[in-house]
Amino acid sequence: MSAYVVTIATLMVVQAIAVCGLNVIVGYAGQISLGHAAFFGIGAYSTAVLTTKLGISFWTALPLVIGISALIGLLLGLPSLRVREDFLAITTIGINFIVEAVFRYVPFFGGALGIGGIPRVMFFGVRLKGIPFFLLCLGFLVLVLLICWWLTRSWASLACYAIREEEAAASTMGISPVRFKLLAFVIGTAMAGLGGSLYAHYMQFISAGDFSFPISVGFLAMLVLGGMGTLWGPVVGTLILGILPELFRPLVDYRIFFYTLLLLLMIRFQPGGLLGENSFARKIITPLLKGLRK
Amino acid sequence: MLLEVNNIHVSYGDIQAVCGVSFHIEKGELISIIGANGAGKSTILNAVMGIFPPQQGKIIFKGQDITNIFSHQRARIGIRMVPERARVFPRLTVYENLLTGLYGLRNKLPVEERISSMYSVFPILEERKNQLANTLSGGEQQQLSIARALVSNPEVLLVDEVSMGLMPKLVDQVFGILEQLNKEQGLTILLVEQNAVASLAVSSRGYVLETGTCALQGSAQELMDNSRVKEVYLGH
Ligand SMILES: Nc1ncnc2c1ncn2[C@@H]1O[C@H](COP(=O)(O)OP(=O)(O)OP(=O)(O)O)[C@@H](O)[C@H]1O
Ligand SMILES: [Mg+2]
Repeated sequence: MSAYVVTIATLMVVQAIAVCGLNVIVGYAGQISLGHAAFFGIGAYSTAVLTTKLGISFWTALPLVIGISALIGLLLGLPSLRVREDFLAITTIGINFIVEAVFRYVPFFGGALGIGGIPRVMFFGVRLKGIPFFLLCLGFLVLVLLICWWLTRSWASLACYAIREEEAAASTMGISPVRFKLLAFVIGTAMAGLGGSLYAHYMQFISAGDFSFPISVGFLAMLVLGGMGTLWGPVVGTLILGILPELFRPLVDYRIFFYTLLLLLMIRFQPGGLLGENSFARKIITPLLKGLRK
Repeated sequence: MLLEVNNIHVSYGDIQAVCGVSFHIEKGELISIIGANGAGKSTILNAVMGIFPPQQGKIIFKGQDITNIFSHQRARIGIRMVPERARVFPRLTVYENLLTGLYGLRNKLPVEERISSMYSVFPILEERKNQLANTLSGGEQQQLSIARALVSNPEVLLVDEVSMGLMPKLVDQVFGILEQLNKEQGLTILLVEQNAVASLAVSSRGYVLETGTCALQGSAQELMDNSRVKEVYLGH
């Protein structure tokens, strides 16, 4: 595999981890978030600060990084309990801009220059890059998918579904909407933090622009394209939107326009995404698979 | 007294929906609150359940003031509701809808046993157990909504216009089931209804609500004999 392909593949896997986190918030708990890149950034910046300024390793920093992301996610999840859906969309956009501005203007975070010299991940004495680092990221993606799978199987998912569909009725069943929304924010932002950490150690250099609002729109487009609330949707969506700009180079310059257009079209014509129930993709693929089995 | 509602006031912005309503229910009773459209019936039930708490007044359950606790906490101490228009979870199956009723109770109650006891009360639900709830007919959804509330074995069941949209035969059947649960298992039930005939027929007492205040109260028989009730609700 050429280095170019490995780079694209690694970045896609890292993004897929973050999009899985977004799926927990948007797909499972039904809370809109347009600022997910902020948490991706919080993960990246915390690991960058911890490893470059304190000199601790990626592995030691990881629990802290995930903890910081989840804690900030919890704090920022609190407004979601009070505001209506449209306000939540605006609030999360605001959060994205604030977080980006903090990274950009606070000297501690390197200001406009960002943070460089982030060390590579060491694994049993080996410095991971190229394919081995890609495999490490893939391992984390599998772990994240396992957590998501468990979430869709447990009583927690039943509670999340119930809240999403009929919040008042769910609360009359003894289900606390507050608890589950916060739980979704914590899990979702922790996953974003993990993705951000891997991103930082892969790029070795990060700056505020990597975590701006258009990146959040991109995450949401990937999720909506693949299928909100499905297990594999985030992976499929990330794959497609990760590969497309590589195939059609001009797309890169119009990425934000393309993402927004895609989001609007999907929500209008195929809100369940490619993997959603009754999607046109499913209608084509399911008979094919049946045919293959025969 | 199992549940006591004391002088509650509820308004939505400028609209005063309930002003100064009081009532109570003893353990093992089946009573009705009847009233026309917009009288404030759902508002009262939502206040008791904690979905939209009253601005004034007190709600006492088993001697404990519950006016300020969340609805999910009320559900856990044994208050369950069949909401207006059933409100089943549309994209969960019948079985999963029943499971939500047992949320948080799986270590306290035998889950499968409770669910099969609901199937024996509502056999149609067993036939449909793997079907998504939004594919059920209106009457079946009402039955599912009742079963979902009952599966946790509550202390008191609040029922909001279960007769709405059901054909008369089904209304009698559903009220028959509620009466039977009350008589045989001593389940305490508060019915809120426009259908005064069917609900007073199974109740021991009742309250008549008119534009947010309690206009009349008495035994079901007294209310059915009352000339005003006859005129407005019973259609003679
Ligand atoms: N969310 C709300 N916002 C504003 N006004 C409301 C709201 N809910 C109810 N109301 C008003 O409060 C009054 C009482 O409504 P409520 O739903 O309690 O009546 P009801 O007796 O249950 O009627 P129905 O038999 O039609 O269900 C009505 O005038 C209604 O318009
Ligand atoms: Mg009503």
